Formats: sequence, C-alpha cells, structure tokens
Amino acid sequence: MMEIQKKQEMQTRSASPDIACYFFRLYVTGASPNSSRAITNFKAFLEKHLKDEYELEIIDVYQQPHVAQSVDIIALPMLIREFPLPKMRLIGDMSNHEKLNKVLSPVDYKS
Amino acid sequence: MKAILKAQTGINGLDEITYGGLPRNRPTLVCGGPGCGKTLLAMEFIVKGAVLFNEPGVFMSFEEKAQELIDNVASLGFDIEKLQKTKKLKLDYVHVDKTEIQETGEYDLEGLFIRLQHSIDSIGAKRIVLDTIENLFLGLENQGILRAELRRLFQWLKEKNVTAIITGEKGDTGLTRNGLEEYVSDCVILLDHRIINQVSTRRLRIVKYRGSLHGTNEYPFLIDDEGFSVLPITSLTLDKKVSSQRISTGISSLDAMFENKGFFRGSGILISGTAGTGKTSIAASFAAATCKRKERCMFFAFEESPQQIIRNMKSINLDLEPYVKKRLLEFHAFRPGLHGLEMHLTSMYKLVKKFKPTTVILDPITNLVSVGELSEVNSMLLRLIDLLQGEGITVMMTALTRKSETSTDEDISSLMDSWLLVRDIEMNGERNRALYIMKSRGMGHSKEVREFVITSKGLEMVDVYRGPEGILIGSARIAKEKEVKANPMSKKHGRPAKKIKRVSK
Repeated sequence: MMEIQKKQEMQTRSASPDIACYFFRLYVTGASPNSSRAITNFKAFLEKHLKDEYELEIIDVYQQPHVAQSVDIIALPMLIREFPLPKMRLIGDMSNHEKLNKVLSPVDYKS
Repeated sequence: MKAILKAQTGINGLDEITYGGLPRNRPTLVCGGPGCGKTLLAMEFIVKGAVLFNEPGVFMSFEEKAQELIDNVASLGFDIEKLQKTKKLKLDYVHVDKTEIQETGEYDLEGLFIRLQHSIDSIGAKRIVLDTIENLFLGLENQGILRAELRRLFQWLKEKNVTAIITGEKGDTGLTRNGLEEYVSDCVILLDHRIINQVSTRRLRIVKYRGSLHGTNEYPFLIDDEGFSVLPITSLTLDKKVSSQRISTGISSLDAMFENKGFFRGSGILISGTAGTGKTSIAASFAAATCKRKERCMFFAFEESPQQIIRNMKSINLDLEPYVKKRLLEFHAFRPGLHGLEMHLTSMYKLVKKFKPTTVILDPITNLVSVGELSEVNSMLLRLIDLLQGEGITVMMTALTRKSETSTDEDISSLMDSWLLVRDIEMNGERNRALYIMKSRGMGHSKEVREFVITSKGLEMVDVYRGPEGILIGSARIAKEKEVKANPMSKKHGRPAKKIKRVSK
C-alpha cells in the first residue's frame, strides 16, 4: 500500500523495437478499497497478458488534484490506455476481465 | 426562530419573490424543460455573484463546452473571459460519454469531488453551479453507484459552505428526469416555457423553499439582452401614495373642462372612442405637455411606428421630434403579437424602470386583446396600472370602441380615474367629433358634450351651439355662430353653451 501512496510507480520494461508497447495510466484515490483493488487487479491482468510489453503509471489524484480537470476525471479509479491509439477509458476496480480484454485490442499492433 | 441565511442572486425580481435570495450554503434545484432558461439563470447567478457581491463562483457544465457557454452568454453582456482572468469565475466542462467509457467493476465519483474541491480552492468560490448533473445518468451505467454518490455530493456541498444551483431536466413523472428533487430539497425552482395562442410565455415558480416564505404564484419572466428578469406582480394592495397635484392635458380647452387644471398626477386616464376620433392625437398632446414640463414620457405604440406618429402629429401642429431628441420622450412600438401578455407586462415594466418617466402612454390597449383573452388582458392591465401608479406615474391609455363587440374600455374603466369618451356624430352629411368626460374622480369636471376639433393648428374643444334649433355642431354650428355674430339680435334665440356650463363635484 505504501508504494501507491508514493504517488507514482513506474514499471518500465525495455521493449525491443519490434514489440508493441502498451502505455497505461491508472488514476486512483489514495488507498481506497476500490483503488487498491484496481491496482492489484490490473497489475495481475497485465502480467498475465502483456508480460513485458507494457508501461504503467499510477497517479494519485488526491496528490495532484489539477489533473482531475485536465484529464477530465469524474469516476475513479480510471484507467486510460494512452498507447496504442485510440485512447481508451475504463472505470472501476478492473474486476471485469471481459471488458478489460478490450484494452488489448488491437493486439496485432506490430503488423 | 432564526431566519435562514440567504444569498442574493442579483437577478431582477428573483430576490423579491424569494424574500432575499437562495438559501445560503445550500443547494437549490432549478428544473424545467429544454430551452426554458435553466443554464442562463444559473450562469447569471454566478456572474452576478462575482460582479455584484464579490462571491467567486464555479460553473461546472456537463452539457455545453466552456467556449460555447462563453459565446452564448456574451450576447447578454457577460464577459466570462475577463471574470476568469481575474479569478472570479471558473468554468469547468465535464465530458461524459457512455461510448467512450468502459465500466469494469466498482467505482465512485471521487474524481468529481476532487475536481470540485480543486476548483473551489483555486478561486475561493462561494457559489457553485452544476449544469446539468443529470447528464451523468446518461454517461454512466451503474445507476446505483450514481445515486449514492449524488446523495453524498449534495451533502458534501452543504459542508463546503457554498451556495449551489443544480439544474435538472424536467421529467415525465417527477420534477426532474432522474428524481434529483429527492436529493436537493431545500429550494426548488421550476421554470416553464409554454405556448398559448402561438405566443410563448416563460414562467417561474418556486415549488418549495424550506424555512422561508416565498411567493407561490407563477411569475412571468423574461430573457432579453440584459439576461433574466422576473416580474413580481401580484401585490395588489391598494396602498399607493396619491398626489393632489394637477397636470395639464396639453390642450387648454380640455384643461378647461377639468376646472382649468387638468388631470391628477399619478392618475389613470382612459380615452376611448371609435376609429379615427383623434385618440392618439389627445395622447400625443398629453405627451408633449409632459415633455414641456421637462418631465419624461414613455409612449408605447401598438399600432403605429414612432416615425408615423411623429409625422402625423406634425399635421396638427404638434412637433414631438425635439422631445425625442432631448430624450424626454421615448417611443416603444411593437405589435402585440410579439410577446404574450405577461411578457409585454414584464418588458414594459423593465423599460419604465429604466427610463423613469412620469407619464406612460399606451396606444391603444385594445390591440392587446389579439394576444389574450379579455379577462387576461384586463388582469394584465390592472397589474400594469398598479405597478405604474405605485411609482406615481400617470398612465394614459387609449381604447378603441367597436360598436358590436365587447370592448376592454368598459371593463377597465373602473380602474381609471378619468375617462374621456370621443364619439363621432354624423349629421347633415358631415362627420364631427364630440368629446365628453364620462367620469373624473375627485375633481369637478364639465358634464357637457364638446365638439372636438382637429385642425392644422392643433386640438380644440369647442362649445356646441345650443339653441331652439337643438344642438348644432360642425358646419351648422359655424354657420349659426356667424349668423349670431352678424345679427346680435338673434342671440335671444340661442346662446353659446358656455354660459350654461354646469360644474359639479
């Protein structure tokens, strides 16, 4: 839990140029139950499906309240798939895997 | 009991009917159908708060983008950009689109809270508008979460010591589509926009206001180039101040019929008559007399354009143009069909408040019947007369009498202090006008029928000739007068009516 409260956690995996790199931003509210669940759930999901091909930035909106307006946040926790385009927004504790799978498409990005 | 604190809205008339404004530090719900002026009311609340009461405000829009809002209200003279620069106002557009957001489990609206808190802190906001938060119901799927969070939000707003307006779209069953009234229960204002006889009227009603007295009627309101204004027009108490000062009618021979003094200041005067009897000319003379005293006069014309009136009056030696140039006389000409009756009332009242005339002329009121039912017209005129007389303004109205139809003049004559009747009399192959005073409260007045002559020199009331031949008017009178002049002996057969003038109180 402490690691989250330290605002940002970057998990950068060096990706070889020919492998698609996913970039996600997860906006949370401190260590609230929903947020903690979202982080755990999503990390597990990433490890399972994207292993070394992703980058995740976790942002605590309590610490940076101005992003609420600039990123247009209403509901939290919120996940934004920044890359690949198109951008995609998901809200919730990331427990619905069926919907979560959508962030993987288009999976076939390399081609 | 301690009265609840109120925050003045600064909106014309709204503070009067709420007895001081909206409940301070509590949320107020403003609901109504599309296009009824919710956003505008809310925006004016924020802008007036920032400008007049030094209370910065946050406007959170779930519907219109910031730039759209700025453009839309710029036409009302609100300079949002300047207020934003001086940190008096903050616009925040919230974009929610179901198609762009996937829901994957439990969430809350903490983001909205943080966002609001940040906005409040950044400018020290005292006022908040959420317009219209119901859009969240379209953007988010989980209604259960949403309802619980909204309840929390409104509770939170109360704790934040901000006065809030929440707008909501009118629903089929409740006041709002998603039952927001369930959460916001301190003050609910309903706006309405209805069409009667193809004329639209906007109305406002305070559905409830906890802990405070409020006007309970439907009040007409107006949205014009100065924003929102509500007209509280139900105080029909008869306790206005009265003046015993007399003012000239503008026609010396007409003054003579009123003890040589004219009308009471602040009284109501009705001139009714058939078509083409010179009602407008009498009104214009009265207007000119007002301006001659260096007082202001406002002329509402429902039939002719100002240019037409000015031109036509020149033909009777009455030049109104200099008065218009000196801003003593102001014309407002519009067709009755332009607004509903209530809107006419509101807009007329606004104009009067701004120009501060001592005399108001309505020419002719009969045309208003084309907009509403007779009873509605009467009630509107009643309120107008009350409003104007409450401010000590003399009101002159002209009314067209038609022979067969029901007319307004008799119905409203009871409200008027003086009633002049102009008739045309067809005799000996010519048409002449006759004028008499039907009534004039509180003063002595002539009971005679006078011949009313309109010449290129002006208006004049001439004594009719009474003699053994009966009453002579028009050319017959002129002929008789010449005859009398040439042959003074014939005087014994008849004498001018002046000599037998009766004056009664």
